[in-house]
Amino acid sequence: MIQKMKKYQFLFEELVKRDFKKKYKRTVLGMAWSLLSPLLTLLVMRLVFTQFFGETMEHYTTYLFCGNLIFACFSESTGLGMTSLLENADIFSKVNVPKYLFLLSKSIQGLINFGLTLLVFFLFCILDGITFTWKFVLLLYPICCLVLFNIGVGLILSALFMFFRDIQYLWSVFTQLLMYMSAIFYTIDQYSYTVQCLFLVNPVYLFIRYFRKIVIEATIPTLWFHLLMLADVLIVLAIGCWMYKKYNHRFLYYI
Amino acid sequence: MEVLNVENVSIRYMTGDFKDIGLKEYVMRRLKKNYQVTEFWADKNITFSLEQGDMLGIIGTNGAGKSTLLKAISGIMEPTEGKVERKGTIAALLELASGFDGDLTVRENTYLRGAMLGYTRKFMDEMYGEIIIFSGLAEFQDRPFKHLSSGMKSRLAFSIASLVNPDILILDEVLSVGDGAFKKKSEAKMKEIIAGGATTILVSHSLEQVREMCNKVLWLDKGKQVAFGGTREICDKYQLHLEGMGMIK
Repeated sequence: MIQKMKKYQFLFEELVKRDFKKKYKRTVLGMAWSLLSPLLTLLVMRLVFTQFFGETMEHYTTYLFCGNLIFACFSESTGLGMTSLLENADIFSKVNVPKYLFLLSKSIQGLINFGLTLLVFFLFCILDGITFTWKFVLLLYPICCLVLFNIGVGLILSALFMFFRDIQYLWSVFTQLLMYMSAIFYTIDQYSYTVQCLFLVNPVYLFIRYFRKIVIEATIPTLWFHLLMLADVLIVLAIGCWMYKKYNHRFLYYI
Repeated sequence: MEVLNVENVSIRYMTGDFKDIGLKEYVMRRLKKNYQVTEFWADKNITFSLEQGDMLGIIGTNGAGKSTLLKAISGIMEPTEGKVERKGTIAALLELASGFDGDLTVRENTYLRGAMLGYTRKFMDEMYGEIIIFSGLAEFQDRPFKHLSSGMKSRLAFSIASLVNPDILILDEVLSVGDGAFKKKSEAKMKEIIAGGATTILVSHSLEQVREMCNKVLWLDKGKQVAFGGTREICDKYQLHLEGMGMIK
């Protein structure tokens, strides 16, 4: 395994470089744009929803930003992941390379964007009067979970996308719906206990909630909460790996 | 020493309209049970083996399954049935100019391709100069790849791919790359690799080339293995076969 990683390290680095260059090279705004777009979403949400939720809630900006931060990362990474195989089909139908590298390279790209936004997020936390505690270190846990979760979803989507081009549209509809169900701009307090539990089925909501707990409430979620997140991640990753293994060669034969 | 062993290899393609219909339609058709795919065997029960230093020529008309077989040998495709055993490193020069990224520069593409072929960064740092000189693209190093002409693209691809001395070399009609001067250079380079003891597989439509260079020949026709054996015997048969077809026309 380690030997294999060493063998493909160079290729992986070159792929990351390529994706990075291709994304930023020819735009004047370049990296700034990937910061600007989540900030604009944040601004609009802040303006629109403050009327409804912001007046009763402390740190509403931070609350919103937590949701946006996580959700943007999720939708961007999975979107990039979905097209990663098909985009490079030209390469691996001619050269024998492990195809998952293309997906991983895209997820690095998603991670870079996420990292940049995270820095701005912390800046906003300061402006919003959030006190930083040692517990912030625990944010690494949801971040790792999110990255792995995105890779898992990416594996599933990229395999499907090879066969069904309309996955792209279906997925964008799905992410839109998921966004409304992830309590990004509202709280779930007004719902009954049963409905609140239903929110926990949504893994993206779990990640967002973890962030809010640590950043706004400065409390550590329960062990069960950690395990629930881990279970979600493992299930999705397992399905993703299974689909990748089953289908990564097969689409070459479908013409 | 046996370097390559191809045993009963069959490769099946599926054709149908699944790629155009999308998931929604697919599910609907599945439910109505009128979803159909047709299978198509590009290669059927191909069996042969090569010793070290062998030079195999694969002959056959268009659509005989030659390129698909090469993909299975190089590991790009996995055979639907049967197995391929290979010993040592393998370099496949298939459809050379494809798989590059038009937006990246020549230099970036060179490194990327090198990485794909399994070279190390250190090796590429050392060899980069040589590659560029060999391909004759020194002035184009920092130009986007899409600015190159197709001949230049193949030249670069050839220069990168022929750099190593692989144990198994796979050539899909690439002995003729680029213009006159480069053609000579690339042929010389090929011969050098072959003389170095590499087992070589060559797909060619030029029977003369096969007769001249190969010591074994595999004849495919519509995915089936017609014959495998010594060059002269099979080339003669193939020639007769071609002439026979010509007479019918």
